[in-house]
Amino acid sequence: MDGDPTLERIAQGNGLALCAAGSWTARFAGDLEQLVGDAEKLQGSRPNIFIDVSNVSKLDTFGAWLIERLRRNLAQGGVEAKIAGLSANYSSLVDEVRRVKTGPEAEAPPATIAGFLDRVGRSVYGLGETLIALIGMLGAVLAAGGRVMLHPSGFRVTSTVHHLEQVCWRAVPIVVLITFLIGCIISQQGIFHFRKFGADVFVVDMLGVLVLREIGVLLVAIMVAGRSGSAYTAELGSMKMREEIDALRTMGFDPIEVLILPRMLALVIALPILAFLGAVSALYGGGLVAWLYGGVDPEAFLLRLRDAISIDHFTVGMIKAPVMAAVIGIVACVEGLAVEGSAESLGQHTTASVVKGIFLVIVMDGVFAIFFASIGM
Amino acid sequence: MAGGSPDPIIRVRDISVQFGTTKVLDGLNLDVRRGEILGFVGPSGAGKSVLTRTIIGLIPKVGGRIEVFGIDLDAADAATRRGVERRWGVLFQQGALFSSLSVRQNIQFPVREYLDVSERLLDEITIAKLGMVGLQPEVADRFPSELSGGMIKRVALARALALDPELVFLDEPTSGLDPIGAGDFDELVRTLQRTLGLTVFMVTHDLDSLYTACDRIAVLGSGKIIAAGTIEDMKASQHPWLRQYFHGKRARAVVV
Repeated sequence: MDGDPTLERIAQGNGLALCAAGSWTARFAGDLEQLVGDAEKLQGSRPNIFIDVSNVSKLDTFGAWLIERLRRNLAQGGVEAKIAGLSANYSSLVDEVRRVKTGPEAEAPPATIAGFLDRVGRSVYGLGETLIALIGMLGAVLAAGGRVMLHPSGFRVTSTVHHLEQVCWRAVPIVVLITFLIGCIISQQGIFHFRKFGADVFVVDMLGVLVLREIGVLLVAIMVAGRSGSAYTAELGSMKMREEIDALRTMGFDPIEVLILPRMLALVIALPILAFLGAVSALYGGGLVAWLYGGVDPEAFLLRLRDAISIDHFTVGMIKAPVMAAVIGIVACVEGLAVEGSAESLGQHTTASVVKGIFLVIVMDGVFAIFFASIGM
Repeated sequence: MAGGSPDPIIRVRDISVQFGTTKVLDGLNLDVRRGEILGFVGPSGAGKSVLTRTIIGLIPKVGGRIEVFGIDLDAADAATRRGVERRWGVLFQQGALFSSLSVRQNIQFPVREYLDVSERLLDEITIAKLGMVGLQPEVADRFPSELSGGMIKRVALARALALDPELVFLDEPTSGLDPIGAGDFDELVRTLQRTLGLTVFMVTHDLDSLYTACDRIAVLGSGKIIAAGTIEDMKASQHPWLRQYFHGKRARAVVV
């Protein structure tokens, strides 16, 4: 009895009996659909059709629904269709599926050029909204900072120190390692190409200016955006998902003051420190390669370095660092608070946080380059 | 309590579960009979969810033996285990709906994985399941974050029932529902149990559920089953926690 499902056709006078037997369950759903699909073609062939289910050994929602669907389709074709032989155990199940209303299937809108243009328009419009959100967050953070300055007791020292540990102290090894390697590479490449002109020693100029002014801070900012910006977005986003931010608000706390200000402050303090360490490390790496590969001994390297760079180069790097930190932090926090209920949304906003953070950092670097060039630094 | 019942669908023998040095379950024995609704009660933190998760295989056990559908889950190979997993459905306490899938996709997910059926049947079954748990077809295209707590429970139940399992684990199914909704839910579990021949393992705190929905009740205390039997057995028990539970202020309100 507990075998494959069947649906036999037995003629009865001018009517027809469809005898269902076997196990009409989810396991056989594919076969059942085939059986019922074939039987549906009988629609209109006979004036009345019985669906006899007395031999069905097992019935579940799938089987019950398919029998009901068969009955409906036959009835639609003008056939008087009845279900007979239903055991008491299964009658409530069949009653249950009888209440199912199938609506017309929703069709996905076809892909058109207009739809494509519509999406492009919306994302361009969304860009403006992002900009406004960023400015809004900057304002909110500054306002919260102002409030904290007026009432210093509201400042969250523990939280700030905790985040400082996360974004600064724990980032030191990786930042130092990567900038060291970049310093080595710049130096090696410089020597390799400058040697053709016998200008080996000018590699020190290039290394000093590049590292202190541009690469050092830019590279560190990109690393921080990937490392800490994404962490901020994920933290705030999952707090938002679980209504923790709403809970804070109902207790009379300002989420900006409690969550975002300490994070921003930690980042603004951390980035110049990391940029400084990164610059030192890159110069060290560059110097090492210049000595071992290029034959520029350390004394000559330091002498040349002192001549080649002025304090201005270092100051420019250090001025840029906290601004870039603020950009990364604001982007991360805006994205974090924009997370909605789903895991997918969290992933999207974390990605957006890193991508936008890095993009804006590079744009800022360009703006700074123009600015410092025009004031002659 | 661990007596050999005729046809146990779950047979738990001498199970121990440990977190660090704390023993949560300590030599626990339990039988769940085919076709019954077993209510599983016990103080908060006694390890009710731990036992459920151990049976399902989410928490490793230190010792003991678990048989589901007569299959020893430790000895079973991966294919057998998957076969067993297909035959049970789980309703988690928080629903555990996939947040990035719509209600429709959530319910269809297990069906799509295990069965080879047409899109049309998938959609119809989804609507049927939603109807069974008392939801309108319009809910199908919403996302979990747009549902109320009660709706999440119902959708989660619909997903647990998607493959028409023989055994369903319900972890506090009525918590967070209003009394009428909870009553409906109990009624629903009862109806589904009757129509589908389900066996239900229900962790609950809801006395109403115990009275109206459950055939048998098992009580967990200090890592063991301290009592198992019908609601009458429970009320007659002299165990202090049981006396307090079934004769306390809230219990009287239910009986009156």
